[in-house]
Amino acid sequence: MRFGGNTPCVEVRTPNGGLLILDAGTGLRQLGEQLDTDCPVHLLVTHLHLDHVEGLRFFAPFWHPERELHIWGPPSPVHTLEERITRAFSPPLFPIEISDTPAKVTFHDVPREPWELEGVRIEAQTVSHPGPTLGYRISSNGTSMAYIPDHEPVLGIELADLEPEWISGHALAEDVDVLLHDCQFSEGEYPSRVGWGHSSVAHAVAFARRADARRLVMFHHDPNRSDDGVDVLVERAQELWGDSSEDAPVAASEGMTLELS
Amino acid sequence: MEGRPPQKHLALIIARELATQLATAMFIADAQGRLVFYNEAAEEILGKTFAEAGTMAAEGWTSQFRLEELDGTPMSLERMPAGIALMEQRPAHGKLWMTGLDGQRRLLAVTAVPLFASETEVVGMIALFWQSTPDDP
Repeated sequence: MRFGGNTPCVEVRTPNGGLLILDAGTGLRQLGEQLDTDCPVHLLVTHLHLDHVEGLRFFAPFWHPERELHIWGPPSPVHTLEERITRAFSPPLFPIEISDTPAKVTFHDVPREPWELEGVRIEAQTVSHPGPTLGYRISSNGTSMAYIPDHEPVLGIELADLEPEWISGHALAEDVDVLLHDCQFSEGEYPSRVGWGHSSVAHAVAFARRADARRLVMFHHDPNRSDDGVDVLVERAQELWGDSSEDAPVAASEGMTLELS
Repeated sequence: MEGRPPQKHLALIIARELATQLATAMFIADAQGRLVFYNEAAEEILGKTFAEAGTMAAEGWTSQFRLEELDGTPMSLERMPAGIALMEQRPAHGKLWMTGLDGQRRLLAVTAVPLFASETEVVGMIALFWQSTPDDP
């Protein structure tokens, strides 16, 4: 398998050695076992669909009394993040209540304004996807990345017809060095999946281009897509991107490492 | 980007997407009362396309679309369903006379609802409206 294998989970190391983790998909279990640091863990969750929190309960630091975990994510309009996550950590979905886990866990509803974590600047905004869902932008020393793994940037409107401020997630992705963005569907599949909250390859490329993102990393592959099928989407994305520079779109893969400097 | 309007709240973006799919006239204002969008059905009633009219501060649209009470006296923003939704942060319904940008005077029924993004944060208001008659309830 060249692509996929786990649901969304991205490790980010900051210049000062801090650890941020974007989403708590199934990859979080393996990451927890490989962690080589005792520093506080900041988990930035985009939303609470199961594929983004499934790894949380099996994250090793959760079960160590000395570990400090900070979980950041979206409140709903009426419930805090903690209240919402507690549901996934309680019977009948799980035998143990979150209050009984040994780690020092703090929940944070994401602030509306940008904030600093581990020496980098974080910005979170709600983006178009069913249920309260965030995208994140991380900036440091003149470099930046955006992470918008679940996103249907327009519904019933052409992206090209909208002013930037009306495009969901645009401010997060504007001028970033790397954009990790939803690219679940082919253009042929999308019409029967409108409103599911995910992008076609054409959406992903058009969104990245409108935001002037320098590089697109295609993310959130359809679980039923083969490696060869992902290759076909990458070829299509590169064709839509319009030039054959080194910064042409690529597909995210297990273990991929990107260095921003 | 410097000089560019700030990113709209997702609730407003989705409201605009909804408006573009409706045959019912819909008008959207942000939390400051600024008109940010109205749809094609509203264009028929307001007498000008949104592309022509553009965004407007509250003072702009309340004066351009001349609004009157049923007895013909001028209607203040505080009395308009849209004004109530924004200032009192509660839904409101009412009838009023409106003279659109095409100079036509029409009797309208208006229902306006504040958009709460959280229990305490109002990010704007939507108003649905349609032509009415004096006998309609």
